[in-house]
Amino acid sequence: MQNRMTFSAQQAANRRNSVLLIVAVALLLGALGFTIGYGTTGYVEGAFGVTTIAIVIAMLLSVGSYFAGDKLVLAASGAKEVTQQSAPQLMNVVQEMALSANIPMPKVYIIDDTAPNAFATGRDPKHASVAITTGLLQKLDREELQGVIGHEMSHIRNFDIRFSLLVAVLVGSIALLADFFLRFTFWGGGRRGGGDRDKGGGGLAAVLFIVAIVLAVIAPFIARLVQLAVSRQREYLADASAVELTRNPRGLEQALAKISGDREVLEVANRATQHLYFTNPIKKFESRSSNMFSTHPNIVDRINRLRQLSGEPPLIASDVQALAGLD
Amino acid sequence: MELIVLLVVVGVIALFVIGIYNGLIGRRNRIDEALAQIQVQLKRRHDLIPNLVNAVKGYMGFEQKVLTDVTNARASAVTAGAQGVAAQAQAENMLTGTLRSLFAVVENYPDLKANQNVLSLQEELTTTENQISFSRQHYNASVLEYNNAIQVFPAVLLAGMFGFTKRDFFEAEPEAANVPTVDLSLS
Repeated sequence: MQNRMTFSAQQAANRRNSVLLIVAVALLLGALGFTIGYGTTGYVEGAFGVTTIAIVIAMLLSVGSYFAGDKLVLAASGAKEVTQQSAPQLMNVVQEMALSANIPMPKVYIIDDTAPNAFATGRDPKHASVAITTGLLQKLDREELQGVIGHEMSHIRNFDIRFSLLVAVLVGSIALLADFFLRFTFWGGGRRGGGDRDKGGGGLAAVLFIVAIVLAVIAPFIARLVQLAVSRQREYLADASAVELTRNPRGLEQALAKISGDREVLEVANRATQHLYFTNPIKKFESRSSNMFSTHPNIVDRINRLRQLSGEPPLIASDVQALAGLD
Repeated sequence: MELIVLLVVVGVIALFVIGIYNGLIGRRNRIDEALAQIQVQLKRRHDLIPNLVNAVKGYMGFEQKVLTDVTNARASAVTAGAQGVAAQAQAENMLTGTLRSLFAVVENYPDLKANQNVLSLQEELTTTENQISFSRQHYNASVLEYNNAIQVFPAVLLAGMFGFTKRDFFEAEPEAANVPTVDLSLS
């Protein structure tokens, strides 16, 4: 029961962080909309107008991604749905993990790519999908596959899948709005209302115009950094939950070690979908380090945290070198 | 006036009793559901075993003792199904043990290891066994929750009255009980 408590506490913290993050990104979006609106029109009405438009667009995109985001991501990755007949072992392992996580059986997809990787998507555990590359199926044994599937099922159970869909949209809307504004200003279309200083905010509008430019430049960057920080934290949590589901830390640990030694790059992944995957799909090992700009934590760090869970000593330097596959 | 006070008190007590009773029913149903899930998988295992025995027994020199052990353990597991959870758990654990030795023996026969039919039966039995163990965790957690609920005051008074009795755990085999404790504080 002790484990259960700690686990639900983790889940609660995760949910709280999700709400905080979405509020923070939404506020950032609102602030950006307001300063752009006031800075360009010089009216409070204009400021609220642009803010409203920004928020409405973000909401429409969010609703769209809530209902169709998973299909979009799966289609973009070229994933094909499999059945019990076409991939019995994979389906069995997914069924086991669904049972252990106490969630319904998700849809299972295969991506025809030799780079070993996996991701989960969907809006909630009832509408979830798991996708696995053919490379992962070929290179991992049953125990390791169970570890990876356990990790993906944890993303589903923790509602990470919904969160990452929504945050991607919010971050995207900020980038979109900032981009639009900067282009608009660059082409001389801006400050149309700036001249009517007697009517509007005058000096304040000019100040806000500058603020808007600064915000438009840095806001997408800040939003992205926040998204990445949370994405990394979620990977650690999913690893820990996977061990809780499989009751076998070794499987996941070996899977991580095998995948990190693999130098293939997943061709179907791109900057928009990279945060979804089991390990970062577009970086080579050398640059898969844990820094501010990566979606995933360093694999050695992930393995060490798993070893900590089972009370084993961390990897020593020679193991780390062996993992890096210095050849 | 007194009548109203009396009615209110009786009403509150009745609501309280109904609340406890419904809570206990909900918990008991959850146990039955979890047990039904285990039974489905046990049944599947019982159905798969004769196929496996048939698939491997044709191979020359295959240890007959292991096969008869599996067949006997399966037969007693099937009969134990009617003798309550504790007896059933014990018989199923015996069966798990004999199956494990069968698969260990299969490892020594390259022909068998290459046989598609044996391989797929082995995969099916492995997943069934894993599913049994995961379902068992849910079942035992529900039993613990229910047993606690019927033993605390004041539910204990009502539990006796309405016939809520303690349920048995579906005990795992001794070695599988040593599950590593997982610390999820991501420090």
